[in-house]
Amino acid sequence: MEFELSKPQKLLQQSARDFFARECPPKRVRELVATDTALHPELFSAVADQGWLGIHLAESSGGLGLGTVELAAVAEEMGRACFPGPFLGTVWAATLVAAADGKSKHAESLATGRSKGAVALMEPESGWYLDALQLKARSSSGGGYKLSGRKSFVCDAPVADLFVCAARSEEGLVLLAVPAKAPGVKVTATPGIDATRKLGEVEFDAASADDVLAVGKAAEDALAHSLDVATLVACADMLGGMQWIIEHTVEYAKTRQQFGKTIGTFQAVQHMCADMLLWCESSRSAIYYAAWALGAQGAAAARDVAIAKAYASDASREVANRGVQVHGGIGFTWEHDLHLYYKRSKASETMFGNAAFHRERLAQMAFDG
Amino acid sequence: MDLSLTDGEKKFRDELRAWLKNNLPPKMVKAADNAAAHYEYLTAWQRKLYEGGWAGISWPKEYGGRGASPIEQAIFQEEMALADAPERMGTIGQGLVGPTIIAVGSEAQKKRYLARILSGEDIWCQGFSEPNAGSDVASLESKAVLDGDHFVINGQKIWTSYAHIAQHCLLIVRTDPAAPKHKGLTCLLVDMKTPGITVRPLKMMSGDSGFNEMFFTNVRVPLKDMIGKVNEGWSVAITALANERANLGTGLYVVFKRNLDAMVEQARKIKRGGRAVIEDPVVRQRLAQAYVELEVFRLNTTRSLSMLNKTGAPGPEGSIQKLYWSELNQRMAQIAMEVLGPYAQLADYDGGRWAYAYLRSRGNTIEAGTSEIQRNIIAQRVLGLPRSY
Repeated sequence: MEFELSKPQKLLQQSARDFFARECPPKRVRELVATDTALHPELFSAVADQGWLGIHLAESSGGLGLGTVELAAVAEEMGRACFPGPFLGTVWAATLVAAADGKSKHAESLATGRSKGAVALMEPESGWYLDALQLKARSSSGGGYKLSGRKSFVCDAPVADLFVCAARSEEGLVLLAVPAKAPGVKVTATPGIDATRKLGEVEFDAASADDVLAVGKAAEDALAHSLDVATLVACADMLGGMQWIIEHTVEYAKTRQQFGKTIGTFQAVQHMCADMLLWCESSRSAIYYAAWALGAQGAAAARDVAIAKAYASDASREVANRGVQVHGGIGFTWEHDLHLYYKRSKASETMFGNAAFHRERLAQMAFDG
Repeated sequence: MDLSLTDGEKKFRDELRAWLKNNLPPKMVKAADNAAAHYEYLTAWQRKLYEGGWAGISWPKEYGGRGASPIEQAIFQEEMALADAPERMGTIGQGLVGPTIIAVGSEAQKKRYLARILSGEDIWCQGFSEPNAGSDVASLESKAVLDGDHFVINGQKIWTSYAHIAQHCLLIVRTDPAAPKHKGLTCLLVDMKTPGITVRPLKMMSGDSGFNEMFFTNVRVPLKDMIGKVNEGWSVAITALANERANLGTGLYVVFKRNLDAMVEQARKIKRGGRAVIEDPVVRQRLAQAYVELEVFRLNTTRSLSMLNKTGAPGPEGSIQKLYWSELNQRMAQIAMEVLGPYAQLADYDGGRWAYAYLRSRGNTIEAGTSEIQRNIIAQRVLGLPRSY
């Protein structure tokens, strides 16, 4: 038993850290957040060339055949760099397609970055409760479906080439691959407070959807698995963000002078930094355990992912809050990079359900039945 | 990153499981009013663990331990929790004094003390704090003067847990009043029956007597009972405190898990406003938060034991563990009160365990280094911020 990254995993993480430091310095992050898509085609291709979009997927699905621990290690570095652009949406879509239909050509195309994906799941009134999904898929004469309705909060929607849409059909839940350019599909950007990952609404107006990935129980299982993986990515992203905030906050506390002393001498400041470390390290334990369990125990790891998301969502917010507080005025400015992390942390806290959502899930798993 | 067990680790686990199946005692619920019976129960359990060879997993074999790795220590904790086994007793001896003797004690001291700690025969206490030396323990004033081959001790200690039942004390005293405060200290292993020692129990807010005042009047301690070198007691104390922070938490998951299970049971049983408390969405959130924090505590513990497997000695990160479990236990005790609602006011409800747990937990963030001291250690020794005092 070894509860830390193995040597190859550490090497991978280091190479990801170096990659993002080189290819995506803060200056580039700032350029990209100012755009509508946050997409830098060469940067996206470079990430795809590393194989990171499908690092955890089987080679037959266009992946590298590594595991969810490796995925988390890369996602952590992405969070540390505040990497802008469509990573999460494509990884989630690739994972979902691969789980729903191993033979689908989309898995490889997404996992290798030839196309960019997004999962059209949530609806204006559904929250993250899958039972509340309402968008209808009506059987059409050609053997496929017609989709009508609206999906909201779709991560990476403005740049997606392909949507994986979850809808209700007479046979139960159905997962459909729908090209973004298909007739009857309309995407509207919904700017978020986090400008590094763009959100959008997707309106389906009697759109034809013939590319069926899975139906019924198979669709539910694939969706649940992909949600666990995507939630893990969001958690690892938060972890990298926490790490960046702590390093910069401690550094600032060591140099900033007030009353003739560095502010890091003051216990009020020290204690905030100590709490930040406790939250970050505890998140690390929970997140990497969940990453390992997802690979080793499959669906049973849903509990561990929920624990990680419940803990890290609160921890990430508190770390970001303390980070701004210790920085004082400069931490509240547009000029300092801290707000980029602050906002990304808030978005990740909410994505895939906040702490309260996962606590209720855990209450059902642990206390009921 | 691989949390699955190796063949050797599996063998260890299976052996332990088989042993537990045959040796686990029937359950006993702790209550404030049957402390003596509870103490006896835990002593018997400790004896059983020792005889089975499960008392000191990572302690050297020649002194009664198992000579296994911190990883096996982690497996041991997990299995104890799974089996809902009783907690360990003699936390000072096993968590703090034993590891210190292993690290810096003489061969004779190891032979004399270690096995008796593991068997539960010897209870230890730790004579560090004084009326004017709490968090600033290095400013302590109890002094020892060398007289032939004996130290002669005069002074007072306070907040000494288990002193009223302990056979031995790891005592720290000032042997060079002229030296800077950290430089003139010496550690001694003192027999509590030595003439001149008076113990006066202090009643805690929970109503029981867990800690004491100790008075030393011309107490003669043989030179051979010194641990470490003369005037170098501070480094011995640091070793002891680092072990205390690292070890105190490792066995607590079992205790906390049992408390949470019992809290959930209460929430199922108690009705309020026409429904079971467990159906109240606010209470569910609170209980689930305790569940999350408790599982993260378990993972932190496993991870730190995995690190210890590599580094060999506990470091200042132990302060994170101490901070975590002490504040978690207080939050859990508060959540229990919220589950109980109006019953929380009753001193004797459910044998008094919840009232006791709530009141006793208040001390968790003070004993074994206050939360403020732990945060100072994390900030200064882990994060590298400048010293503030």
